[in-house]
Amino acid sequence: MKKFAVTVAVAMGLTCGTAAAQETAKLAYIDPLSGGGASIGEVGLKHYQWLADQINAQGGLLGKKLEILPLDNKTNPQEAVVQAQKAIDAGARYITQGNGSSVASALSDFVTKYNERNPGKEVLYFNYAAVDDALTNEKCSFWHFRWDASSSIKMAAMTNYLKGQPSVKKVYLINQDYSFGQGVRKLAVEMLKAKRPDIEIVGDELHPLLKITDFSPYVAKIKASGADSVITGNWGQDMALLLKAAADAGLQANWYTYYAGGAGGPTAIKQTGLADKVHDIVEGDPNTAIEAAQAKEAEFRKKYNIGIWYPRAVNEIRMFAQAVKEANSLDPKAVALKLEGMTADVFDGGKGTMRKDDHQFFQDMYLRSFGPLKAGQTFDEEGTGWGWTVKGKIASADTTVPTTCKMDRP
Amino acid sequence: MLELITFSTLNGVLYGMLLFMMASGLTLIFSMMGVLNFAHASFYMIGAYFGFEISRRIGFWPGFLVAPVLVGVIGGLIERYGLRRVHRFGHVAELLFTFGLAFVIEELVNMIWGKLPVDYRVPPSLDFVAFRLFDTTYPAYRIFMLATAVAMFVFLLVILKRTRVGLIIQAALTHPNMVAMLGHNVPQVFMMVFGVGAGLAGLAGVIAGPALVTQPSMAALLGPILFVVIVVGGLGSLGGAFVASLLIGLVQTFAVAINVSLADAIGSSAASLFGELGRTPLAQIAPVLPYLLLVLVLIFRPRGLFGTRET
Amino acid sequence: MMGGVRILLAFVALAAGLAVAPYVFSSGVALTMMSLMGVMIIFALSYNMLLGQTGLLSFGHAVYYGLAGFCAVHAMNLIAANKLPVPLPAVPLIGAAAGLFFGLIFGAVSTRRAGTVFAMISLGLGELVAAFALVLHSFFGGEEGIAANRAKLAPFLGYKFGPQIQVYYLIAFWCLVCIILMYAITRTPFGRMCNAVRDNPERAEFIGYSTQRVRFQAFVLSAVFAGVAGSLAAINFELMNSQAVGAATSGQVLLMTFVGGIGHFVGPIIGAVLVTFLQISLSDITKAWMLYFGLLFILVVMYAPGGIAGWLALHRPLLRGGRIFKLVPIYALTAVPLAALVLGCILFIELAHHMLVEAQSEGPTLSVFKIAMNGAKIGPWLSALVLFIGGALGLRALLPRVGDAWALAIADSSGKAAA
Repeated sequence: MKKFAVTVAVAMGLTCGTAAAQETAKLAYIDPLSGGGASIGEVGLKHYQWLADQINAQGGLLGKKLEILPLDNKTNPQEAVVQAQKAIDAGARYITQGNGSSVASALSDFVTKYNERNPGKEVLYFNYAAVDDALTNEKCSFWHFRWDASSSIKMAAMTNYLKGQPSVKKVYLINQDYSFGQGVRKLAVEMLKAKRPDIEIVGDELHPLLKITDFSPYVAKIKASGADSVITGNWGQDMALLLKAAADAGLQANWYTYYAGGAGGPTAIKQTGLADKVHDIVEGDPNTAIEAAQAKEAEFRKKYNIGIWYPRAVNEIRMFAQAVKEANSLDPKAVALKLEGMTADVFDGGKGTMRKDDHQFFQDMYLRSFGPLKAGQTFDEEGTGWGWTVKGKIASADTTVPTTCKMDRP
Repeated sequence: MLELITFSTLNGVLYGMLLFMMASGLTLIFSMMGVLNFAHASFYMIGAYFGFEISRRIGFWPGFLVAPVLVGVIGGLIERYGLRRVHRFGHVAELLFTFGLAFVIEELVNMIWGKLPVDYRVPPSLDFVAFRLFDTTYPAYRIFMLATAVAMFVFLLVILKRTRVGLIIQAALTHPNMVAMLGHNVPQVFMMVFGVGAGLAGLAGVIAGPALVTQPSMAALLGPILFVVIVVGGLGSLGGAFVASLLIGLVQTFAVAINVSLADAIGSSAASLFGELGRTPLAQIAPVLPYLLLVLVLIFRPRGLFGTRET
Repeated sequence: MMGGVRILLAFVALAAGLAVAPYVFSSGVALTMMSLMGVMIIFALSYNMLLGQTGLLSFGHAVYYGLAGFCAVHAMNLIAANKLPVPLPAVPLIGAAAGLFFGLIFGAVSTRRAGTVFAMISLGLGELVAAFALVLHSFFGGEEGIAANRAKLAPFLGYKFGPQIQVYYLIAFWCLVCIILMYAITRTPFGRMCNAVRDNPERAEFIGYSTQRVRFQAFVLSAVFAGVAGSLAAINFELMNSQAVGAATSGQVLLMTFVGGIGHFVGPIIGAVLVTFLQISLSDITKAWMLYFGLLFILVVMYAPGGIAGWLALHRPLLRGGRIFKLVPIYALTAVPLAALVLGCILFIELAHHMLVEAQSEGPTLSVFKIAMNGAKIGPWLSALVLFIGGALGLRALLPRVGDAWALAIADSSGKAAA
């Protein structure tokens, strides 16, 4: 019975693998497509499918069609490794992933080891949303490229904005208790101290990840501390519930967040009625983007009924295509060597560079606030009638952070 | 400090009452049928989504009345056509059935309403500030939640202690065979209790949905805590469930409000024995406390605080 | 005597099958999948020592699997850093020791009682460990977990265990050893005592056994094997993270074991292989795979509480009596409405899923089993309904006849045996 089951199992696995032959260039998209993370993973997948359609409409990569291979990692690092193996079997030499630093670090580790053990069959990993600093510092790898701003870049940009806001005097930090949240907290303390030593940090809280159903006790503490601003890296329900509790208690602080704009975030902010109080830090904004980007934004919204959440995914695919063209090859090693140090036009306007030392992309960053659409703004979010307004642009030079990366180059 | 204590107490009591609305049904179901219903929190979720769907179309108040009834009917049907069939395979099979059911319900909710939180709002008639203490406001909706929970508790108490149905239920708790021999239809009582339990959880969902976030993971977030409540309170004891709900509500709320780590309490050199744990503030491990309580209670007093029997 | 020889033969066949498998299925995915199956077989069998053999329902078995996995990862890093002469194949022993250690600690507090109290303590312990996993960074490595490089350990007989195929054979070896050991345990007086404690604790007490001690011993043994499984998982993935100790992993092993069948030794093996395969492959075929998973589980609980192994075991006397062919016609006949029912369900779920989740951006056309259809039209829905109702009615009519045919065949084969 057991052997029979294995037979069926692998036979099916094999047919899936071999049916897709070599005539396309495959980019495996390994992100959650089921379970709680799927709401975000599916949006990302739409970005890539849309981008692949554009590349293919322009003739593909060296005449080959770019095919997106969606694989479900169930937000589990071990599962992601299995799916990466599956992608490689199906002929994919390029992997992209973004949700969850734990998955990113597992994939980066897997790809590095795989390339070491299978010379000549290298695989390249494009990271579009995992922000853990370690990926471009102590855990950096030649085979990993990141288009999203790392956690410290985001904090550098945010604190650079706060530098010019004298009204901010008392800051409260509240973060999720895991590596990312702890990182945000540490960075905030360090950078605020360096850039605004006069700011008093009146509270520094870590709460358990995705376990809190009612944030009112935390909000009561924030309130009691007299903070005028709150800095948080919270995302998902931890962001929505926190804002809800804040609105219930009538807390009138400014929120400086990493991910208030994430899935469901705009709906939650609109519900709380905190107009122009909630800020986030991003690499592009539809309402201030260049015309070409706004046209694409409109096209994307028409097709999928959501905004372009990941301008960086556009940068990623465009630079990937550019590197393939320059290398005149689809070999991951050749492409990687071209990507290193590449300077390219950024989707929302301006230029960006893929730093060679650590494979981190640098570009202008924007600090925005969320509220009712202002005159001249066309794009709202999640059908709320509210949209983002850019409050400050931080030039890419001001977001440059040092790296400790010493990568092994092939 | 005073406002922190006041609001923490209010929030703790409110959270506790919300827990009790679900725990009461769960503990009744358990003591009558021996089933630990893993899907109980799922009824809470269905209640919230039904409430959302009805309030979107007709209004909050019809949803407040209709959604719990609908959830109760669904609960009754599941008991009649699912659980009863599994009953003869034993308690483990029943437990596993509800385990699978919770999984399926979550997936169905995912499919029908999507994975993102839905926009379930507080009705405008309750969307105002109830009172203001120092500088902090307290929303009227929360007062309404508290009132609903208390009303439900009184209602349940009256039914159980003052009516004939309540007598039969109480008798069936301890002597189901005797009750059956006296000519009562015990399976029907079971179905009713299951339905009412589900309906109460649904009611909790309807009123908690707008205050918290209505999303597919809301059941999985609360489910394990419910078990803690009924086990700590003593399986089958309504009074125990009530006390344990409040206890856990208050413990969780106050643990968050207090910034003390082991190192502060017993000195850093003594706490260093515990390594990282010694330096971790209590607020960070607040959600762990219920489980710690559960394990301790089960080890030292397996029948729970107010339980009368071990199971 | 005959039984002994047959069991020996079965193990030899199993060993041969494990050895040959990579030549039959040589793709990278197949190797990864089979490695994972080996790990899960050990894990599920260890779980069944509790649930099936001792009657202890645990909701926190992943604790021992995960903690041992973390110990193994740390051990691998230590060994590699200090150049200790410990080869990789010995690492599962470290996992077993870790399982033993945590089994002793947690077993002492949780096995004092059986039944619901035990289940609740296991749930509480599981949640506790999972919650602490995110607090204690030095051991669990936070959300990212702890990584290791298995190829950095001292080579064993010249093998460095970089390539997956070598890891597969390592896992297959340990899997075989564990299967034999766990099978042997069921045959010892201790194994029988576990069954007695499960079936009738009072009587077990009367004949002088402490049920508490038997439960404790079974619990510790099961934790040891879970530890081996966890350390093999660590070797396979070269990574452990906090999800491995979480409730999802505990639920997964429960699912595997139950679907496979808790009443038979081979049940968990079947369950581990099947569920691992479905988990890895199903998500490529349908996005609603979790729903199918849940439904599968509920159906097994409702209609086949003995699991797959239990259903297969019903046919053993027929196979012995040589009367199995008597069931072929009625099974073939039943397969038709069953297939219709299943097809109807799948069609319905896929249609609903597509229309609710994807139609907005992808348009109403979808393909099920490579047949394109339009979900906005009534046709596909009607055919799903017809298939479903037809299948259900047909099955209802045929099922009593299946039971009759089976009883008849049994009577026939036992009559033959008597003659």
